[in-house]
Amino acid sequence: MSVQSVVKTFLLTELLTGLSVTARTLFRKKVTINYPEERTPQSPRFRGLHALRRYANGEERCIACKLCEAVCPALAITIESDVADDGTRRTTRYDIDLFKCIYCGFCEEACPVDAIVETRIHEYHMENRGENIMTKDKLLAVGERYASLIDADKAADARYR
Amino acid sequence: MADLLALWDSLPTYLQSTFWILVVTVALILSVAFTTLWERKVIGWMQLRKGPNRVGSLFGLVPGIFQPFADVIKLLLKEVVIPSASNKWLFRIAPAITLIPAFAAWAVMPLDPALVIADIDAGLLYVLSLTSVGVYGVILAGWATNSKYAFLGAMRSAAQVVAYEIAMGFALVGVVMAAGTLNLGDIIRAQEGGVSNWFFLWLFPLFVVYLIAGVAETNRAPFDVAEGESEIVAGFHVEYSGIAFALFFLAEYANMILISALTAVFFLGGWLSPFEGLLGADSALGAPGFHWLFLKLFFFLTCFMWYRATFPRYRYDQIMRLGWKILIPVTLVWIAVEGLMVYFQVGPWSR
Repeated sequence: MSVQSVVKTFLLTELLTGLSVTARTLFRKKVTINYPEERTPQSPRFRGLHALRRYANGEERCIACKLCEAVCPALAITIESDVADDGTRRTTRYDIDLFKCIYCGFCEEACPVDAIVETRIHEYHMENRGENIMTKDKLLAVGERYASLIDADKAADARYR
Repeated sequence: MADLLALWDSLPTYLQSTFWILVVTVALILSVAFTTLWERKVIGWMQLRKGPNRVGSLFGLVPGIFQPFADVIKLLLKEVVIPSASNKWLFRIAPAITLIPAFAAWAVMPLDPALVIADIDAGLLYVLSLTSVGVYGVILAGWATNSKYAFLGAMRSAAQVVAYEIAMGFALVGVVMAAGTLNLGDIIRAQEGGVSNWFFLWLFPLFVVYLIAGVAETNRAPFDVAEGESEIVAGFHVEYSGIAFALFFLAEYANMILISALTAVFFLGGWLSPFEGLLGADSALGAPGFHWLFLKLFFFLTCFMWYRATFPRYRYDQIMRLGWKILIPVTLVWIAVEGLMVYFQVGPWSR
């Protein structure tokens, strides 16, 4: 050990430097957000809970092309389809397993009719086993309930797409 | 009021002592509770957070002020799980063994010029021996748990405390040499006459050694290898839950407060006012009193949190190296220097 480093060690210079950093930080502005009362801004592109949308006339957008099922990297989407009464191809089953989903948004990107979307809803929970499966009914219900929110978000994001 | 004072004077000494013991104990428990909150706040601020601010507020001024009570109630309501392979009697008694010395040591603490519960001449020896007993609780807890991690934590703690006890003892030898007494009140009185007479100036290396050894003695960061959650989960109290865990927690913080108070007594003149030399002992700011002891204690207590927020944990061999190969030689050298100072009548104690 050189003389310099011995002197430095015994004067505790590096420890004191460290202490001065924390002492200065003590008085800096705090970055804490008091969550339920204060929130960080959220992008209209936020990828939260999924929803299936309808057209303005009430018709389901989804045409059971299964592109979302194919693109899903986590294999979270399961679709079965059949011919509906009006002769169109419709899904009879559209399940998203929220535990498998990684919220990548590929399903939304892949959808040719903008049927499946990810909303900005991120505060949801399950209390029982099995509630993690979003069935077609639940997805459509989310889409109906938050229709105006979803439409506004899509409109806000439209010019960047 | 006069009646009350007369009644107080007519009480036998043991009742007066009992009263003060109760006062000090309750005050200590409350201070421990708020020390935990203060620690979380200070560390939070140092990490750019706000710290706990959910439980209660004092007229909207101190958010989170009731956090300690919420924590205590939670711990009281929890089950104390006793491992089936443990030595059940020792497992139960170990938290008490750590806690009792931390409180008992306050008996000789000079809180005020007029107030010491037990003004004994060997006060310093009493304090040293009691703080050493505390580690038995840690060792017993680690052994009685009958778990690898707990045992490792206990062994580390034992080796660490042995190493730093020596450095601490030698640092106090310097204080005793300077004060010429083992009585804590007299040690303070030996530092009378203003800041320039306080021992921390004249015994600065010993002061620093005592600070470092004090942190190691209380098993606090950066010397908290006895808990070392990244290596041995929680060390000696890994299997403790509920209020038994809370007792260890209480003991750790009571020890912190004790070491802070002792540092103030040994090196910063305890209840002496820092303005004594400038304003005279009769003026309001120059008068000695409990508030000065409290301020000094509070500063050192905050330093404990400051260290914890700043320093990463020492590796085990580094702790041993620091204790045996650096701190002890430093104290030995300074005791020799101090001997020369005493011989040649340099320093405040030569009066």
